[in-house]
Amino acid sequence: MIEIKDLHKSYQMGSNSLHVLKGLNFSIDEGELVAIMGSSGSGKSTLLNILGMLDEADTGEYTLDGVPIKNLNETKAAKYRNKFLGFVFQSFNLINYKTAMENVALPLYYQRVARKEREEKALKYLQQVGLKEWATHLPSELSGGQKQRVAIARAMAAEPKVLLADEPTGALDSKTSYEVMDLIQKINDQGNTILVVTHEEDIAHMCKRIVHLKDGVIVEDKKVEQVRASQYV
Amino acid sequence: MRFIFDKNTWQEIFGSISKNKVRTVITVVGVLWGIFIYIALSGAAKGMDNGFESIFETIAKNSMFVWSQSTSMPYAGYKTGRQIQLKLSDAEMMENRIPELQYIAPRNVKGFFGSSPPIIGRKNKTGSYPLFGDFPAFTKIAPKKIYDGGRFINDEDIAEARKVAVIGERTQKELFDKEENPIGGYLKIDDVYFQVVGVHKFDQSGGFGGDGDIFIPFTTFRKLYNTGDNVGWFSIAAYDDVDVVKVEENIKNLLKNLHQVHPDDDRAFGSFNLGEQFNKIKGFANGITFLSLVVGIATILAGVIGIGNILLISVKERTKELGVRRALGATPAEVRNQIILESVFLTMIAGVMGIILGAATLSLINKMTENIDFPYTNPTVPIPYVIGALVIMVVLGTLIGLIPAQRAVSIKPIDALREE
Repeated sequence: MIEIKDLHKSYQMGSNSLHVLKGLNFSIDEGELVAIMGSSGSGKSTLLNILGMLDEADTGEYTLDGVPIKNLNETKAAKYRNKFLGFVFQSFNLINYKTAMENVALPLYYQRVARKEREEKALKYLQQVGLKEWATHLPSELSGGQKQRVAIARAMAAEPKVLLADEPTGALDSKTSYEVMDLIQKINDQGNTILVVTHEEDIAHMCKRIVHLKDGVIVEDKKVEQVRASQYV
Repeated sequence: MRFIFDKNTWQEIFGSISKNKVRTVITVVGVLWGIFIYIALSGAAKGMDNGFESIFETIAKNSMFVWSQSTSMPYAGYKTGRQIQLKLSDAEMMENRIPELQYIAPRNVKGFFGSSPPIIGRKNKTGSYPLFGDFPAFTKIAPKKIYDGGRFINDEDIAEARKVAVIGERTQKELFDKEENPIGGYLKIDDVYFQVVGVHKFDQSGGFGGDGDIFIPFTTFRKLYNTGDNVGWFSIAAYDDVDVVKVEENIKNLLKNLHQVHPDDDRAFGSFNLGEQFNKIKGFANGITFLSLVVGIATILAGVIGIGNILLISVKERTKELGVRRALGATPAEVRNQIILESVFLTMIAGVMGIILGAATLSLINKMTENIDFPYTNPTVPIPYVIGALVIMVVLGTLIGLIPAQRAVSIKPIDALREE
């Protein structure tokens, strides 16, 4: 599903060049639930941004679902993002003047899905995350965990190939974190490929594979015994 | 262009606009005020224009009076200070020589310009009113409204020198009883009986003449006062599309020629050119119309710039939202179009509301000034002005929307998302 080869990325900080990713290689198969771990500055967010086509690598190859991702202009990147990827952010990034349902329906709008169908689908995914009754509520009326569940529903609504989650539990207490991870596990059980960036050990162990980044290189890549989050909920 | 007709686009725009109420209202007020000023000003200018027009309506717009005075230069053996007397034959000459003239009405008067008024009597009542000797052509130059059942002097009256008179409202009130119909009644003008054939309505905005004026046929007047071919003055109307100043000059030159006056003697004939005065006022009104257009458009411009300003701020505020949208698959073009359409849509809404408000204000002013003496009638804004204003707003709204739209897409989605 995801294939990267010798990925390099550096940022210019004034006269200094900061080499963030120093030649990454790995691949992710369909249906995997992968945690990318590392302390801050390890390059895990940069990696996720490149995978999410929000940022571009300096050198290296990136293939997503058999499509080589290179020489992207903004319009093309937007189309690929819409077609291939679903995003979950640490700070939820819901649009505050749109209801839960409208937020979930937004990616479908950019897919030119008709309004009625959008709403039906949005409700379907809200139901999956257990928030159907909250469909007409604004983000400000939801708790943190609920917001993140809406965000997950939004990421799922476009039926992406890969779900990218950047610290999805970073802003949540541990009980809510487990609820969210439970949801992510369930979505993974349905066969969806998911990447989770986290620095929390317990969250990482709820995935099936952990990729450990340190100073821009992969120091460890192991499959783990998945801890089901449902036992903590 | 497909996106403009896409229902989804509008749902998205309407959603974004209606959910940011304060921003929307503030934005709208600026342009609304602009278009309101524009409509109200140009409508008021038009109303004033119409007002002047209606004042001059009762008198031919290209008319003038010409009278004679005394010479100020010796010429052809005559000494200075010779009193010139206009003659009936001058009218014929003018008609023949100056093709721009539409009507010429030679007039005589008693009881005006210093001459003593005639005694007008009826039964035991008497009074004195100005008495005019006139041709029918006079009403073509300065139209007189005659009450039902009556008429003005006609050609037969002139030909037969009939003793008929058209009296004023005041004359009727003072000489006739309230219930009495003056038409067909008789009154005595300097001991000669005249039959009343009409009562003219006094029109305050008419400017010249009074409510007591009595008109009799020119030929009758001449018999009564032995004036022969003498003419007091000429009322003259030129055709609408001619240069009245030039015509006035031609008339005077002809008269100088006929009466053997030095060509450079400017004092021998006097004149009052109503057409010229009218043109001056007309020019003033046009100036005001132009000024109101300029001010109105400038105000609209200010309003639209205000919209651009607020959108620019709102784009800054919405950086994150726009980043999220792009992460979710919005292309830069879609983001740009949304911002521009929001701008145009807001401008249009504000514009239409401003037009409605402006029109309401205009009609209110019209109602209030209806019964007072103020040159303000039927204030309207021509449709092309309104359409022009709307076009200007759409164009400006698009242009001004481009700035925030460009800014919105110039921010990379990753930077937009990182912003807290």
